[in-house]
Amino acid sequence: MRDVRPVQTRGPVLTVRRVDSYHALSVVAPGIAERFRPGQFVTVAVGGERSSMVTARPLHVHDVKSDYGGTVEFVFEATGPGLTWLAERRPRDLLDVVGPLGRPFPLPRDAVNCVLVGGGYGSAPLFSLAHTLRRRGCRVDFVLGAADAGRVFGTLTARRVAETATFTTGDGSLGVRGRVTDVLPQVIVDSRADVLYACGPMPMLRDCTAIAMKYEIPAQVAVEESMACGTGVCMTCVLPVIGDDGVTRMARACTDGPVFRGERIRFDDVGTIPYDALGAPGWKPGPDAAGTARGA
Amino acid sequence: MSTAIGRLELPNPIMTASGCAASGRELARFFDVSKAGAIVTKSVLLRPHAGRPTPRMAETPSGLLNAIGLQGPGVDVFLQRDLPWLLSRGARAVVSIAGGGDEEYAELAIRLSEAPGVGAIEINLSVPNVASRGGRDFACDARAAAAVVNAVRSRARYDVPVLAKLSPDVTDIVAVAHACADAGADGLTMINTPRGMAIDTTTLRPVPAGGPGGLSGPAVRPIAVDCVFRVHEALPELPIVGVGGVTSGLDALELVLAGARAVQVGTAIFADPSAPLRILRELEEALDGHGIDRLSDAVGLAHRPPGTVGVMRLGESRRRVDFDDRH
Ligand SMILES: Cc1cc2nc3c(=O)[nH]c(=O)nc-3n(C[C@H](O)[C@H](O)[C@H](O)COP(=O)(O)O)c2cc1C
Ligand code: FES
Repeated sequence: MRDVRPVQTRGPVLTVRRVDSYHALSVVAPGIAERFRPGQFVTVAVGGERSSMVTARPLHVHDVKSDYGGTVEFVFEATGPGLTWLAERRPRDLLDVVGPLGRPFPLPRDAVNCVLVGGGYGSAPLFSLAHTLRRRGCRVDFVLGAADAGRVFGTLTARRVAETATFTTGDGSLGVRGRVTDVLPQVIVDSRADVLYACGPMPMLRDCTAIAMKYEIPAQVAVEESMACGTGVCMTCVLPVIGDDGVTRMARACTDGPVFRGERIRFDDVGTIPYDALGAPGWKPGPDAAGTARGA
Repeated sequence: MSTAIGRLELPNPIMTASGCAASGRELARFFDVSKAGAIVTKSVLLRPHAGRPTPRMAETPSGLLNAIGLQGPGVDVFLQRDLPWLLSRGARAVVSIAGGGDEEYAELAIRLSEAPGVGAIEINLSVPNVASRGGRDFACDARAAAAVVNAVRSRARYDVPVLAKLSPDVTDIVAVAHACADAGADGLTMINTPRGMAIDTTTLRPVPAGGPGGLSGPAVRPIAVDCVFRVHEALPELPIVGVGGVTSGLDALELVLAGARAVQVGTAIFADPSAPLRILRELEEALDGHGIDRLSDAVGLAHRPPGTVGVMRLGESRRRVDFDDRH
């Protein structure tokens, strides 16, 4: 069986590129490249030895390659001191990387039509997914959006790998002025989409899921939650998700996700503990005290 | 480099800190959990607990504020799923417990004592006492803390050591330590997170959501060293487990020199999931560098009178000295 356990490695930076508003950095990390599946992420320690920044930074993986034994490229916006430090790395600097982490995007068994929706740098993890889907004979259509043209990530690749690529910007500087969800229904209809994959900010994922539900297609969405560890030990990254048994639990984005079925996320309750979540204040143990029995 | 906390014998002094290692399973992907001195579990409650709303953390200089709110599936799932797994991996399990009152702590002690393999119970006292006015933490009131320790010690199986985990947010930690020791604690763990707050200058709201959080990471290490030092001075025979901001072997050594017989690693695991074993290696090297081969020789060494240098070693035997008066 394939080893899916994440690894912790220290590897040299290979390339650092500026991609419009974002930074793309590749690092030699063979164990991670080999195990990676689309939708998974990595964490990077920032600030060097004796850093004053104690949490790991979760990052979207844009691409893995087999050169130098295996490299991983991640994409981020240099907001805050940790990611600014990361953006200042130069080739041959060493980075501590952990990955691949989290549940990957589930793949369709058959050659079906897939719409991939990305918001901002949330597009990054969709390209390795697109390649994988294409190899399985799936049709891929992209919808990418952001506030302005410089923040729409990967327009060239999207044009190359997808049947169609539609872009939206808040200021109209690229493609359609508006949000991805303004054009999504038409793309779903035109491409005869069977499934929707999305990654980006929570409100975008909520609206994409609502549209997918309206068209009765499944939505696989990757959330971007704030994380302290990325490995499942700290419980900072939780959101309310409905389980197979109908019970809402505070699920860890880093380990139970980041990919969830969109319909299962209680988007309107994100940031709260819903009153009926397992173990919420006032929650009473019923016959399903251990949370294992059926029924909500 | 073995050590002992009461009856709990450990092959080495480095443990994980409660709430920073879940129940060990996630970390087992990065290191062999049987190689750590012990795995201390996330605090276990009687029933499932959903915890606090998000955001639950804020990074601060050399630290982290967290307000997780003890999210967990409860003791039933712990006993069915997590404890057997930990033991199957050959790890020593120290189970942290939390409750709203003496009765809940006592019931947890009974449940855990019925299960084979619990190496020790660590009482998380940084939990609001439901019966107190304003829900003051047990750890902030020597009497309330002692009542919990007594309830747990009297119900837990006699051979399972009970550790009381103290908070630095008190005027006199030595008084709380004495109260817990008198109530039967076999050892003390110090420190739990002191309270702190950050305010997000974009949203203009406190983070974590809802106000204060517990501060951890290197920012709190001097507080931990001081607490361990003072309590060891007052109660030199009582085993102490040091915790707070340990990210290297030298940090761990500081706590040992202050008086700790074992050291826990928490926040450091977030950026370095295999930190416990690295810190153990570094601690061994550091002791070696000082020519100390037994951990017990280093415990509390910083308490030596001023002017003493080097490591005080016991002489081989006492020989009789005869003086020659006639020189
Ligand atoms: C995210 C997080 C969760 C924690 N949860 C618990 C807990 O459930 N029970 C407990 O006794 N201490 C808990 N602690 C406190 C730690 O065990 C430890 O006492 C404290 O973080 C200081 O050590 P450190 O600086 O090495 O993290 C938690 C700390 C953090 C950062
Ligand atoms: S980030 Fe720590 S549990 Fe998810």
